[in-house]
Amino acid sequence: MLSENVIEKLRILTESAKYDVSCSSSGTVRKGKPGMVGNTVGGVGICHSFADDGRCISLLKIMLTNYCMYDCAYCINRRSNDIRRATLAVHELEEIVMEFYRRNYIEGLFLSSGVVRNPDYTMERLTAIVRDLRTVHRFNGYIHLKAIPGASQELLNEAGRYADRMSVNIEIPKEESLKALAPEKDHRSVFQPMHLIQQGVLENKEDRGKLRNVPRFVPAGQSTQMIVGATADTDRDILTMSSSLYAEPTMRRVYYSGYVSVNTYDQRLPVLKQPPLVRENRLYQADWLLRFYGFNVQEIVDDRHEQLDLDIDPKLAWALRHPEYFPVDINTAAYEQILRVPGIGTRSAALIVSSRRFGRVTSAHLRKMGVVMKKAKYFITCRELNAGYNDRIMGVNEIPAAVLRQRLLSPAVQKQLAAEQQGTLDLGIE
Amino acid sequence: MLIYLFDNTFDGLLTAVFDAFFRHDEPGQLLTGGDALPLFADEVHEVKTDENKAGRVWAGLEKRLRENELRMITISWLSEDKNLNWPLFRYVCKVFHAPQDEACRIVQNFADEDVLTVTRIAEKVTHEAHRMLQFVRFQKAKDGTYLGVVSPDYNVLPLATDHFRDRFGDQPWLLYDAGRRYGFYYDTRSLHRIVFDGDENFDLRDGSLQGDMLAEDEMLFQNLWRTYFKAICIKERINPKKQAGDMPRRYWRYMTEMQKKPGSV
Repeated sequence: MLSENVIEKLRILTESAKYDVSCSSSGTVRKGKPGMVGNTVGGVGICHSFADDGRCISLLKIMLTNYCMYDCAYCINRRSNDIRRATLAVHELEEIVMEFYRRNYIEGLFLSSGVVRNPDYTMERLTAIVRDLRTVHRFNGYIHLKAIPGASQELLNEAGRYADRMSVNIEIPKEESLKALAPEKDHRSVFQPMHLIQQGVLENKEDRGKLRNVPRFVPAGQSTQMIVGATADTDRDILTMSSSLYAEPTMRRVYYSGYVSVNTYDQRLPVLKQPPLVRENRLYQADWLLRFYGFNVQEIVDDRHEQLDLDIDPKLAWALRHPEYFPVDINTAAYEQILRVPGIGTRSAALIVSSRRFGRVTSAHLRKMGVVMKKAKYFITCRELNAGYNDRIMGVNEIPAAVLRQRLLSPAVQKQLAAEQQGTLDLGIE
Repeated sequence: MLIYLFDNTFDGLLTAVFDAFFRHDEPGQLLTGGDALPLFADEVHEVKTDENKAGRVWAGLEKRLRENELRMITISWLSEDKNLNWPLFRYVCKVFHAPQDEACRIVQNFADEDVLTVTRIAEKVTHEAHRMLQFVRFQKAKDGTYLGVVSPDYNVLPLATDHFRDRFGDQPWLLYDAGRRYGFYYDTRSLHRIVFDGDENFDLRDGSLQGDMLAEDEMLFQNLWRTYFKAICIKERINPKKQAGDMPRRYWRYMTEMQKKPGSV
């Protein structure tokens, strides 16, 4: 039976863990097993709730303790911060996980911890909990475990046998910026555990090829996160880092976390009225282009465009820079080409390719399939006559990019720009 | 225009298809008994639901379509949406009009209005079934049964039970559709469809069990969960629009974390 002060501990340790944005419970399909509790569904995973900030709650995201020996400027749990500290007892945490899971509150556990004494000591305690959950509580749901930089390979190897996903956060894409904010860390300390995990996964794959019944090692791969807006690093720095990470065979997700000014007193950090939410969103869109739309990072950001356009999405921005690519003929172009049309997503692109075998796909069809014609119409042809005999074709090649860009801004942005021009809005953004 | 009337059952719809082919009819609309007839309804054929005929049509579909599309048809039917009847009827007819080896191809033509409508409705139902996996909240009763009450728009419980059986195979649970007044009870071995008739003590309309029916530590875990739900939110990022978009308000009343209860921190 848990005591009442567990509620308070849970509150403290949740507030300490919440700035880690990773949330997914995807990547592994594992059926229920007799004698065990739970399964994992794979695919998109299951989000069980959405907090007031709109972020999904899939796993119980919590720290074992928020005491920490490091003093990283961007972190709420830094040593020099005067916040309430707590540590959950092992049995308390395990009971909460099991009981939450049985009530369908969560998909599993996302466990992290401040570094206490030394990395090995901390990692050992984390490992003990996941081992317990799997072997004593027979928990078969999802476990995402943070790897503590500097922990030994043996510990990571053991933890990886129980966890579905492991992660180490890069936090800052450029090493010199990282060193300025977290003098005790460098990129090596992050890449080393990443590398060890990857090695474990690849070796495990080989072993499983030879022998069946070898337990899987970190089957859902790795993820990481970068903080956006805490340093002067550009979107180009961030996305180049993401792209090189995605080239690694076990990296599944890179998360972007708009910096929330938690430690306002620190002179090294900017004071933001609001986390850079729009920029964060554009980064996610660019991330999607990298992973699902066949874009290269150089196509999204380059020397002349180091930052993403905040007013329009990165795919539209790319399309406006490359009118020579358009118009795309919906009825003949390859799937990959259709994917590049603004206003067409993976789903509608698949519908188009499937349907055009039976006859010509017209703009009316496209609309019904869910294509955003307001955007797409400037970039496609479907070999239709125009409504009026004298109407000229008006596409991205006929309209100057600047004019088209203006036309395709979202109503909210247009309104805001108009208001700015009138000088009625005093915005605190640079 | 020729109107077909049917009894709004799945077998009825399949029988209507059977009749249309048997009688060489080309009905202009498929309506149910209660619908008002359109102005120019000069001929009405009443479909008499016949399991035998329906079975033959279904067997024909099984021959022509793949597992996926068959499943899509049954899923779309769970929508209980009146706007599905006519497109689905025409969809099935189209499958039989096509040459047998072509049938599984024509159902991929999403430029066809009927194919697109049926697919879209099936997608909506699947989506809501997924929402059951997301938003069902179980309360532990004194006897150890986990009770989850929901009230989905579509009749999606049958699509959710497999998941919960797989996940919670060692705990007895009861999943109850408060709107349709039926549920599924799983006793750790098999699944039973259940209805409560006229038991006034067991009022599940607001979804919560009364205090004396709850397990001893149930309130503690509910409080812990509400505490967690509040603590995980980053105040600088409050975004009620996204919250309500991803988790529509109609599900909130049965969700532990959205209920205001005394004693929560």
